[in-house]
Amino acid sequence: MSSFARTDTSIVGRWWWTVDRWSLAALALLIGVGILLVLAASPAVAERIGTNSFYFIQRQAIYLPIALVVMFTVSLLSPRDVRRLAVMGFLASILLLAVTPWLGAEIKGARRWLALGPLSLQPSEFVKPTFAVVAAWMFSEQRATETFPGNIISIGLFGLVVGLLLLQPDFGMTLVVTAVWFTQFFMAGLPMFYVVGLCGLGIGMMIGGYLLLPHVASRVDRFLDPSSGDTYQVSNALEAFMNGGLFGVGPGEGRVKDHLPDAHADFIFAVAGEEFGLIACLGIVMLFAFVVLRGFGRMLQERDLFVVLASVGLLAQFGLQALINMGSNLRLMPAKGMTLPFISYGGSSLLALALGMGMMLALTRRRYGAGGMI
Amino acid sequence: MIRRRKTSSHRKPLPPVALRHGRIEMEGTAKQAIETGRTRLVIAGAIFALAFATVGARLIDLAILTDGNEPRIAHSPAIERFTTERADIRDRNGELLATSLITASLYADPALVLDVDEAARDLAMVLPELSEASIRAKLSTTGRFVWLRRNLTPRQVYDVNRLGLPGLAFQREERRVYPHGSLASHILGFTNIDNRGLTGVERKFDDILIGGSGPLDLSLDMRVQYILEEELAAAQQEFSAIGAAGIVMDVVTGEVLAMASLPGFDPNHPIDGADDTRFNRATLGVYEMGSTFKIFTTAMALDAGTVTMRGGYDATNPIRVARFTISDFHAKKRWLSVPEIFMYSSNIGAAKMALDVGSEGQQAFLRGLGLLTPSSIELPEVGAPMIPSPWREINTMTVSFGHGVAVSPVQLASAVSTVVNGGLAVPATILKRAPNDPIPLRRAVSAETSENMRRLLRLVVTEGTGKNAEAQGYLVGGKTGTAEKLGAGGGYQRRALLSSFVGAFPMNDPRYVVLAVLDEPKGTKATHGYATGGWVAAPVVGKVVTRMASVIGVNPLDENAPEIREAFAVELNPRGTTLASY
Repeated sequence: MSSFARTDTSIVGRWWWTVDRWSLAALALLIGVGILLVLAASPAVAERIGTNSFYFIQRQAIYLPIALVVMFTVSLLSPRDVRRLAVMGFLASILLLAVTPWLGAEIKGARRWLALGPLSLQPSEFVKPTFAVVAAWMFSEQRATETFPGNIISIGLFGLVVGLLLLQPDFGMTLVVTAVWFTQFFMAGLPMFYVVGLCGLGIGMMIGGYLLLPHVASRVDRFLDPSSGDTYQVSNALEAFMNGGLFGVGPGEGRVKDHLPDAHADFIFAVAGEEFGLIACLGIVMLFAFVVLRGFGRMLQERDLFVVLASVGLLAQFGLQALINMGSNLRLMPAKGMTLPFISYGGSSLLALALGMGMMLALTRRRYGAGGMI
Repeated sequence: MIRRRKTSSHRKPLPPVALRHGRIEMEGTAKQAIETGRTRLVIAGAIFALAFATVGARLIDLAILTDGNEPRIAHSPAIERFTTERADIRDRNGELLATSLITASLYADPALVLDVDEAARDLAMVLPELSEASIRAKLSTTGRFVWLRRNLTPRQVYDVNRLGLPGLAFQREERRVYPHGSLASHILGFTNIDNRGLTGVERKFDDILIGGSGPLDLSLDMRVQYILEEELAAAQQEFSAIGAAGIVMDVVTGEVLAMASLPGFDPNHPIDGADDTRFNRATLGVYEMGSTFKIFTTAMALDAGTVTMRGGYDATNPIRVARFTISDFHAKKRWLSVPEIFMYSSNIGAAKMALDVGSEGQQAFLRGLGLLTPSSIELPEVGAPMIPSPWREINTMTVSFGHGVAVSPVQLASAVSTVVNGGLAVPATILKRAPNDPIPLRRAVSAETSENMRRLLRLVVTEGTGKNAEAQGYLVGGKTGTAEKLGAGGGYQRRALLSSFVGAFPMNDPRYVVLAVLDEPKGTKATHGYATGGWVAAPVVGKVVTRMASVIGVNPLDENAPEIREAFAVELNPRGTTLASY
């Protein structure tokens, strides 16, 4: 591995010695697991919708190298360049997000996708990581310079993002963005009075969503009382975990992928549970937990507030997405469409995650001597 | 360490005056901010760790701790619904009346069919009722699902499977089957393609049948049902009637042993027949019944005590009220005793009897017999009776001989049961009563009146208008009824009759009421052109009684035995010298 000498001062050499190699290894492992699981789950789905068996695998094979390059390149950046990249990315994705309701293709009742030639792009995926970094910058700037209205700007941007997400509509994404933003605000020293108040507001909005939005109410009802409606996907997913047991039924032997329309995306964790068993699933959970908690741990030593807030935001987004996906599969929470980071099939999701984790890796690099933002 | 020295050094230099002060303050704020951040980072980290631990615990719970004996194959509610069969319907002897058969329906996924021409040719060979062209058209569609044929026989399934064609598959289905065809079709009703009851018992007991709690036993006796339908159909054809209805009812329990409405339909193919074939004349149709109502008028007068069996009324002249004239069909133009009024079916006598009891008493008595409220029989198709409102004196008179009030045949059968069974009203039912089930009984007529009515009903068959209903040895008693139907214009039509006979047997201890109604029968040479109840309906009852008695175990009696003659002795004309032999 260490083909770079300690004394190597090239960009890559410096990168290798300063980047968090444990996190890098964990992410690489996740991507490997993802390749394996998309290989296992997607042919059944592809055959069912009547395309080439390897359709999803081929598409993933196009996105994956791009994602790896993006992640590596971004992780080379300095914190300041990360910030610049995030601001530009944020502005671009907000712009795309704003035009999606008019130019986007309608899929399953929502407009979330922009067609770009042969590829399609989901702007909201890119809003998540870039907004986390921008919000972190605003919060840290407020603390650094009392006269700078960072909090106000952050709140305004948050309102804009949430408004655009709800236009699509995309409640799952809204939930994640809100939770991440709130976590950052909390870390940035939001007075406890507001913490409690905003938590209350959040709960109030969830109840409001339940009362006012029929499809939200239906999902929650089906979660609380499975017999009240169609729980086809989740019931099948649960069966899959029970079928799999400790060691799984073996690669390719699973049956859940024949029944679940989203076996290659939102319900890929169930396929893992059936074919590879409990131990493999626990391994996946631990990989996610490792990335998130190790990142958090490293931030305990970090002295730059912007780096702390941005890294925590990116990690929280990554972890939350994994938790929501796995929680939905395991019926720990109402079913919510969300990809399992680096494992589910999905081009936009993969690229956005590569961008986010690339920024995280860049921010968590050890900065000997040079320090903070120079 | 090294990094500490450089913290916040990236800030742009502040204006010189505030330089020192500002830097120190900033250092302090930043430090405080980072401290708060760290504390809260630990909290956030703990929450995340807890959440991941929960996911892990749930995984272990599902994969290992969940009971291994649980079915491992998915059982979604949709599949379970499919496996429950709709319960059978049986008659009182366990004869199967309606059942569900599992069938297979053939469908295709056109995308998987390799050679459309070959598939169409082969399929048309084993399923000759499908044309090759239509199969080819179906298999050439772009969809992923197309029905080829519903409800195949096992033999056909085997033949199709033997073809070994890819892209074909079977869907397990259920089909409701009525082995007796059109027999009792109006009682059973029928279901739609999804096996939900649409009419009759299938509709009324839909929830119970779906619940699958064992077969549903009806009160019907299919042997009697067959006899009734056969005799009714024969009479309908002989007299060219547009319809017919009949009921056989147990007078003690109210159970309906047989009930028919003609023309009927085949519940296996309910929509093949004309619309009116699905109309249940026995329960949904309400008709002016005519003279059979004199049973109730006479029983009412005897019960009220306004006249006795030895009393009578002058029937010399027709009664003129307003623009109506009430006259007798078999006019004797003299004083008539109560038995004579009943036997000769005198409208004048009946009207006078009713007038003496009064309108209030008449309504109360008829209500007691259940003639003014819809029947309680467990069918969705139950007609509400049409009763006069207001109930004037003229109505009292017309109702006494069955005009101006319309009831359903099943109401009539129930009321006659009450009159002959000792005077107890019992609700009509289509369900088999369990042997120890308490039967809700209510006294409506005195036992003595009931006894007298049996004599009078027997008299009609031995001496009066109902001679054609006689069934040797079974002591049939009854009453004829011939009503002119209301025309479209509102007036009564002389040629459109509703002719009926309601009988009971054996009259010394009645067990069954038998009712036959013919709608618009035409007289024949054999009946000298008459189409009255005595000529067209009474023979049906006589034949049904003769045939069913041996089937259900009623032994014939010697009609000339002294004790029988004694039991039915009636003093016909107390003022004259005639004494009826019995």
